[in-house]
Amino acid sequence: MARYLLRRLVFLVVSLALASVVLFVLLRLLPGDPANALTSVGASPEQIAAARHAIGSDKPLPEQFTHWLGQLASGDLGTSFVSSLPVGPEVSARLDVTVPLTLAAFVLAVLIAVPAGFVAAHKRHTWYGALLSGVSQLGIAIPVFWLGMIFIAVFALNAGWLPAGGFPQDGWSAPADAIRSLVLPVVTIALVMSASLIRYVRSATLDVLGSDYLRTARALGSSFGGAMWRHGLRNASVPVISVLGIELASTLLGAVVVESVYALPGLGSMLATGIAQHDYPVIQGVLFVSTLAVLLIGFAADLVQRIIDPRLRGRLSGGAR
Amino acid sequence: MTGTDALEPARPKNAARAGRRVRGTATLVVGCVLAGAIALLALVSLFWLPFPADDTSGGRLTGPGEGHLLGTDKLGRDLFTQVMTGSRIAVEAGLGSVLIAAVIGVTLGVLAAFAQGWLDDTLSAFLDILIAFPTLLLAMLIVAARSATLGSAVLAIGLAQSAVVARLARILVKRVLAQDYITAARTSGTSWPRTVLGHVLPNIWPTLVVNLALQFGLAVLAEAGLSYLGLGAPPPNASWGRMLQEAQATFTTAPAGALAPGILLVLLVIGVNLIADGLRDTLDPATRRRRT
Repeated sequence: MARYLLRRLVFLVVSLALASVVLFVLLRLLPGDPANALTSVGASPEQIAAARHAIGSDKPLPEQFTHWLGQLASGDLGTSFVSSLPVGPEVSARLDVTVPLTLAAFVLAVLIAVPAGFVAAHKRHTWYGALLSGVSQLGIAIPVFWLGMIFIAVFALNAGWLPAGGFPQDGWSAPADAIRSLVLPVVTIALVMSASLIRYVRSATLDVLGSDYLRTARALGSSFGGAMWRHGLRNASVPVISVLGIELASTLLGAVVVESVYALPGLGSMLATGIAQHDYPVIQGVLFVSTLAVLLIGFAADLVQRIIDPRLRGRLSGGAR
Repeated sequence: MTGTDALEPARPKNAARAGRRVRGTATLVVGCVLAGAIALLALVSLFWLPFPADDTSGGRLTGPGEGHLLGTDKLGRDLFTQVMTGSRIAVEAGLGSVLIAAVIGVTLGVLAAFAQGWLDDTLSAFLDILIAFPTLLLAMLIVAARSATLGSAVLAIGLAQSAVVARLARILVKRVLAQDYITAARTSGTSWPRTVLGHVLPNIWPTLVVNLALQFGLAVLAEAGLSYLGLGAPPPNASWGRMLQEAQATFTTAPAGALAPGILLVLLVIGVNLIADGLRDTLDPATRRRRT
């Protein structure tokens, strides 16, 4: 186990280093000089040159890169070209919205999808089993922002139960307001996410239901529930966990559309603004933090899979391969 | 499917497979009807539209009826005309993205499957990281780098999806390469190119086609998302995502504009997903072999 952890840790660091190089190079390949974002239309060449010098985009790329790495090493994500504010505190302020949003939506989605997926598989010949499969079919076809629009129209504008969007200015110091403003976004993301999760849980459960080991366990006298609990759960959860990891990671940033529907100041909308303004430090900062999160979530998913399934322990990375 | 097939009683399995095929065909028909209706709308929009795209003579936010099937938007443009144009953009976005994803994805996947050792490890790790990143964000990055056009959106979505296709293709090819018939083909002197064309591709394409059909639906959704964010086809192109974004403010007063594009979007994606499900049930090589 120690050997595995060490190898996995090395893999993590190498991936992160590679990702940061790719990130940096890709961004510099984008056309459009960030200095343009700083200067008004019709600025003189001298003004543009001064702006380039101020943000350091006139320096050679390797120098810019080592400068960025040096900052990263000291935990500094740099300073926004546009607002001249440090990126780090801004990212952590955004995470105050995005992390609760993502985690709550994720937990809710799992709470919906695991029982629903199990029933959809176990009771697939009944009308409600079929209905659950049908609803999940519908759920994966609905654009998440459209569901958000409908929720706003129904629950906020018509019924007036919840705010239609926005997040309290002073954030979590008014917890009730903050929670109220996250309810609709959380439900929106959770419903769409659970629709695709139900399909994975359903197919994992179907695999278990058709397995020889379950039949053997039943033949040896264990009850259906007992056999599912002892053998089914463990086997079905391995593929589902690798999907869960990917879903969690992609929701962290993929919430951008939902953040836009509900006008939430999250990480995704920070990235969207950064991209629109060619604000490299912001884009780099957000993507670096999210890459780290993606890798850590993948690591965690791997670890949980290995604990559940001893057969995976001989491999570096479990699940998908 | 598994090596235990021969040990199991043949008849129930055959019956189950036949049932799967019948249900597969039914799913396929429903899917084709749904997706076909939208495709037809898209096709007609190439030759005929009820109103010119920039015709604003209809009065603002009129309800359905009165010469305008779905009413008009806040600028007085006919909604049905926009919905028709939107169906064309959606189909183009889906087809374009899937084509890019298929070409790049399958090529990369096959290469990764044949590569051994560290090259394979590196490629798979790279694909894993790429897949973990939301399609929409990769797309935003590319759209921001180029300008916001339908072409950039399609390129971006296609590239993001090619990672998913590549990983699937890699797993499928690896699985086929481990089969005895590949060893048999190789020992009997068949060259690698002939092995790939004659044995590998015929065995992986059903699964690939099913996945590509699913990717089509995802691409349509992603394009709508990008357009909703203002990163898709620029105005006056009426992408469904843009229509929804424009109609959001008037959802309660003029719901037709906020409902019609969404409903058609859902129907198209469900249609394509049903086609994928139907194809999986009918194309499955294990099912086909048992046909008598």
